[in-house]
Amino acid sequence: MAEIQIRNVAKQFGSYTALRDINLTIADQEFMVLLGASGCGKTTLLRIIAGLETATTGEVWIGGRRVDHLPPRDRGIAMVFQNYAVFPHLTVFENIGFGLRMRRMAETELRQRVERVAELMHIEQLLKRYSGELSGGQRQRVAVARALAMEPDVILMDEPLSNLDALLRLEMRTELKGVLAESRTTAIYVTHDQVEAMSLADRISVMHQGRIVQAASPIEVYRNPATEFVGGFIGNPPMNFLPARPLGEGRWQVAGLVVDGPRLDKPLHFAIRPEDLRPAENGLQARVRVVEPLGAHVLVTCDVDGAMLRAVLDSDISLNPGDRLTLAPQPDRIRWFDPETTRAVH
Amino acid sequence: MTVTPSTDTRRAGRILYGAGVVLLCAWVLGPIYLLVVNTLSSPETVNTFPKPLIPEFDTGSLRFFLEFAGMLSALKNSVLVAGLTMILSILIGAPAGYALSRFDFRGKQAFRMLILLTRAFPLPLLALPLAVMFIRTGLDDTILGLALVHTTLAVPFSVLITYSLFSGIPLELEEAAWTLGCTRVSAFVRVVLPLILPGITASAIFAFVISWNEVFAAAVLTIENRTLTAFLLQNLDTSPLHLKFAGGFILVVPALIFIFAVRKYLFAMWGIANR
Repeated sequence: MAEIQIRNVAKQFGSYTALRDINLTIADQEFMVLLGASGCGKTTLLRIIAGLETATTGEVWIGGRRVDHLPPRDRGIAMVFQNYAVFPHLTVFENIGFGLRMRRMAETELRQRVERVAELMHIEQLLKRYSGELSGGQRQRVAVARALAMEPDVILMDEPLSNLDALLRLEMRTELKGVLAESRTTAIYVTHDQVEAMSLADRISVMHQGRIVQAASPIEVYRNPATEFVGGFIGNPPMNFLPARPLGEGRWQVAGLVVDGPRLDKPLHFAIRPEDLRPAENGLQARVRVVEPLGAHVLVTCDVDGAMLRAVLDSDISLNPGDRLTLAPQPDRIRWFDPETTRAVH
Repeated sequence: MTVTPSTDTRRAGRILYGAGVVLLCAWVLGPIYLLVVNTLSSPETVNTFPKPLIPEFDTGSLRFFLEFAGMLSALKNSVLVAGLTMILSILIGAPAGYALSRFDFRGKQAFRMLILLTRAFPLPLLALPLAVMFIRTGLDDTILGLALVHTTLAVPFSVLITYSLFSGIPLELEEAAWTLGCTRVSAFVRVVLPLILPGITASAIFAFVISWNEVFAAAVLTIENRTLTAFLLQNLDTSPLHLKFAGGFILVVPALIFIFAVRKYLFAMWGIANR
């Protein structure tokens, strides 16, 4: 059992505030992804959990034990680093067995454990090599194997796939998900790649300016973003936002269209995902600016009443810049945000 | 056939570059060549001109030195002082280099400048007060005393070399070791030390050479227990020319071999290349 609790954690670097009042609970065996742009504090939070950084205030609990005063080795964690950190002076075998040797595990047991983990990561034929003789993808496998060999309560990963090329990243992503699900370890995974986050996570914590703005399942984060930032950050192309004027009685004027919305009497932002727009008789009057074919779909960037709107449409549609287009939003996918707080309004 | 001005200037540049290389090589290798030739010549040939292109391999002058009274004990002193300097400067320099590379602390920049400043004071200026102090504390004319002075000369270099070595080792490697069950000390011993050992060796050899070559402090601070440099300086002044050459040869060659062995790391120290 290794539930992780982060209570009121904040971190100052001099006058710079990296993390503000973070509260997060990660369930046992949960795969949690910390997602955010660079500089949002996600790596700092991971390092505080690992014990490589000390929080200015707050507490970290792992498996019901307060650990924020303990050194990394006593926290029951293992970590996979962005640059792999495979020891160059040791063979792959010794790298994977490094932590076990530190625990003075018996030689035969150690050998079995290393071989089993190596097999799991498909590197059993590389055990005698040094890291200088390995490719980036192989080093990554060694780094993951070394962490798994510890059989930790928690495995921490800091952008482990960001140094791999696109194809390899996809392959490793799938593999990592399988291996970690099987190991039944609690995992925290830091990334700036929203596709990686969506595909791996049980739950995503979206971070922005040192705060967790939303922690929810990938679909929830995608469908019901808590703030405009989340809507704009997750999804490619991002969510569309258009100004909306209240007409009273929950009716709203969005460009030329009247739609139902919350019963409020102040201007809001109307939001819709690009793929939730369809060409129709009635809808938003748009003028096409750019047409980008993406294969299965076509990305259309248009102009609606002076605001930009992106739509992902079926690729059998034939459009040219300058064309007029009427786009209807799917009613149950419309979201509303308060422009003052940028928070979702229901 | 036409030659464009740009290839013309490029060729001129190449010729200038080549000439520069030849000149610098000659400047260094010329004296060494003469030293070797004259050392391996008989006393008569040393005083004649022009020299034969190939030396005669007359080892008379060298053999004379090996049998010279006090020579072997001076050699022993030199090795002892240099060895002690080597150990002390690594023991003091390596932790300082590690601290500079891994920690941020107030006055770090000033500290780095101060390390270099220890070389700003000419030794003759310090020699008299040092000699007085050493006589008072009983360190005068001892191997330890001289090694202490040589260590102060060598420490700036060992700090800078080890600083550059430690900086070349990613902090992530140490952090990985910490998460795998190491303390700061055991991570250092198991991960950092094996990786920088060749560099530390080089830095140690460099300290050895600094001490080996040093003559001023050695001449001022020792009387009975002279090191090789001081011993030769004292005796060669009044020796015939062929013996001067042989003495110079004995001093220069070990230092040259050592420096040649560690050249890669000396470049690293100056930030020219890190691998």
